[in-house]
Amino acid sequence: MVVGESKPIEEILSMVADFNKILLTGCKGCVTVCNAGGQKEVGILASALKIARKKEGREIEIDEITLERQCDPEYIDQLEDPIAKNGYDAVVSMACSVGPQYIAKHYEDMLVFPALNTTFIGGSLEHGVWAEFCQACGACGIHNFGALCPIARCAKSLLNGPCGGSAGGKCEISQETDCVWHLIYERMSRLGQLDKMANVVMFKDWTSSRDGGPRKIVREDLKQ
Amino acid sequence: MRLSYPSNVKVINVPCTGRVDILHLLKAIEDGADGVYVAGCLEGDCHYLTGNLKAKKRVAYVKKVLEDIGMEPERVEMYNLSAAQGTRFAEIAREFTERILDLGPSPVGSEAKSGGEAA
Repeated sequence: MVVGESKPIEEILSMVADFNKILLTGCKGCVTVCNAGGQKEVGILASALKIARKKEGREIEIDEITLERQCDPEYIDQLEDPIAKNGYDAVVSMACSVGPQYIAKHYEDMLVFPALNTTFIGGSLEHGVWAEFCQACGACGIHNFGALCPIARCAKSLLNGPCGGSAGGKCEISQETDCVWHLIYERMSRLGQLDKMANVVMFKDWTSSRDGGPRKIVREDLKQ
Repeated sequence: MRLSYPSNVKVINVPCTGRVDILHLLKAIEDGADGVYVAGCLEGDCHYLTGNLKAKKRVAYVKKVLEDIGMEPERVEMYNLSAAQGTRFAEIAREFTERILDLGPSPVGSEAKSGGEAA
């Protein structure tokens, strides 16, 4: 999933400082799963913003709508009525950064603000803990590394690791960061494939990643 | 025991403090309560195992939110006591009321103001 986290409330407060009526939109996709921008988080942020503004003696009106997803135009369409009827000063999106961009594209005259920092593509390690597992390089090669990704999970994205900073299974950047090359070694060892680690992995072609510019996928079989 | 406690404390019953949500606490503050405290069972004594520990974390979260928006985090608190500690219940009600009196009225303000709430 795309993992995000709330921006500091002070930052969001400064974004909406000049407004008296805003629409706060959540997303039921990835950011609901990572407890950052679902219906519940929308309610909490709305309440916190209202308290802060009441304290200043300048109340703010906040409507809350949580869409099925904010990364599909048909769900963004659902904001048409509320936006047309309610005269919002701005829309604040609690989706990953795709959401506010979609809203901005659809509602050209509306000011749109992100309430989340989109952090990484990852998964949950336990309740309340998420970690990065993928960097969306566009050419997955994890089968060469015991199904573990050194691009996303090695601080240096080494394809032929580990480096000298690996000690006791941890990376030199932090004692909390596993050395993925240590994990790769252990897994290859368990699988009886240690000999494969002797192969030198050649330079990666990064054109499938961001080096090739913004990416797009077109599926002619699905396109209408 | 016929113990008395300050009448400004409005008790809201929940089956377990694990039911108390971050939003319940924030809404109370938003609606003008000067303070909110959660009275849960003693740690380790939760009938549902971890309800009071969950409540403790949620109270801590709300304290952080209040701090971030420039309000006194002391307006929200978690207390632990057993159902058999009536005297302690009354004492906590007095203790928290005194704390709130020291802090003064909530800057949020409200027409329907209540002094404190306990869950």
